[in-house]
Amino acid sequence: MKNLVILGAGTSGTMMANHLVSKLPKNDWKITIIDQYKTHYYQPGFLFLPFDIYTTKQVKKNGEKFIPKGVNYIQEKIDLIVTDENQVKLESGTILDYDILIVATGTKTAPDEIEGMNGPEWYKSVFDFYTYEGAKALRNKLREWKGGKLVVHITEMPIKCPVAPLEFAFLADSFFKHKGIRDKVDITFVTPLDGAFTKPKATKALHYLLEEKNIKEVTNFNIECVDYENNKIIDYADTEVEYDLLVTVPTNMGDALMERSGLGDDLNYIPTHKATLQSKAHENIFAIGDATNLPASKAGSVAHFEAEILTENILRYINGEPLKEEFDGHANCFIETGGGKALLIDFNYNHEPVEGTFPFPGVGPLSLLKESRTNHMGKMAFRWIYWNMLIKGIHIPFVSATMSEKGKHFEEVK
Amino acid sequence: MKKLIANREIEVNEEGYLTNFSQWDKNIGEELAKEQSIDMTDRHWEAIDFIHEKFKKEEPLSIRGIKKSGVLDIKEFYSLFPGGPLKKATLIAGIPKPKSCI
Repeated sequence: MKNLVILGAGTSGTMMANHLVSKLPKNDWKITIIDQYKTHYYQPGFLFLPFDIYTTKQVKKNGEKFIPKGVNYIQEKIDLIVTDENQVKLESGTILDYDILIVATGTKTAPDEIEGMNGPEWYKSVFDFYTYEGAKALRNKLREWKGGKLVVHITEMPIKCPVAPLEFAFLADSFFKHKGIRDKVDITFVTPLDGAFTKPKATKALHYLLEEKNIKEVTNFNIECVDYENNKIIDYADTEVEYDLLVTVPTNMGDALMERSGLGDDLNYIPTHKATLQSKAHENIFAIGDATNLPASKAGSVAHFEAEILTENILRYINGEPLKEEFDGHANCFIETGGGKALLIDFNYNHEPVEGTFPFPGVGPLSLLKESRTNHMGKMAFRWIYWNMLIKGIHIPFVSATMSEKGKHFEEVK
Repeated sequence: MKKLIANREIEVNEEGYLTNFSQWDKNIGEELAKEQSIDMTDRHWEAIDFIHEKFKKEEPLSIRGIKKSGVLDIKEFYSLFPGGPLKKATLIAGIPKPKSCI
């Protein structure tokens, strides 16, 4: 009997368990999945929780429900991966042998990385919305906040779902308009990049959104510290931005398990082959989703496309065949722009988001890089798709793992 | 689009960043730096070398990376490439600027 062990039962790990359980011969392979937490969160919902658009119940479920029968599910903290022995050690001292290891431990916020962030004002006037606790605390704050300077801030790249902070700013604009206090709120978007939009076509197509919603931009801001006593953030060039309410995306880092096991880079992400998803250091270790260092977005849609390709590569690896170099960095994301509208973007390693239609060339019904109500409906419908199809490994019709170039307005196709 | 840099036709994007790193050499870097009013010194080149190393390993560039580089600290990085150091250094290095997904 051989062992395939999956670390992490989030979006990627759960999808892999569901894909593999029907593909690996049951008599030869035992599949085990390990995660210390019992709750499975619908992370895209963290964007909506602060504005009372989603309830807490809509963004969390018991994770066990999504682990298929026939998969051994262990709820425990992982202590160490011992690659020389092909073993995983759990906190209780239990040792698991693996023939194949899939690392799906995701990414976490690390507010301690910036001085003053995780200080006395954390969850009082300084919040994140990338965790369930942060999003919920921010919801309670926004329910009673009377207005002032709202600063939406990105600490450093890469982050999970790079557009979420921008969506947060758009939704905040709608939220305060709806409350009738938009004139009392000043919204500033602060980024270490050189704009809220960083790709030329998206900047051209979408910069009007910031102007229309009166959101100010502070760019190239590399934060050094949060001066919580004086309500301002300060960067390395000594630029200061004042806030009354700071909504920040802290540094994102992979699991500390990678550091302990000597598997991660500076940010605890696993160096991974970008087309095959095999780890660079060990041929029987694969990585998926936010845990990798791939130059793709850290997003559920990316993990979803990766899962289809990784499943095939695991089967090829078992059969001693060469791995398919197929993953192209495909991502597909809805972007809320407020007021019941959303954008849709579709892109990969080589192509920046462009205008066009999705998923049917020339037909849609979804339009790329343009605001529409249909796109917003798509984003809202996605929660159902996530719980009922995506993490169960059910293929989403008409959406392929690699990006299609049809129906999209590329100026040049490489 | 094409741009004439150091008497050579080089492929660049709308923002002037090289789209094909194989066309880069030190002369190109020097010219691009001049356009940013930067005179390249040995320290500048050491920073660019570090950035090239990260690029070749396909590791994301960040201020943290500079902090951990052992080559230079953040204050010096800002003084070498005033304004937006990552933005300017990547332009001179002939690699894409750090970006988000849109």
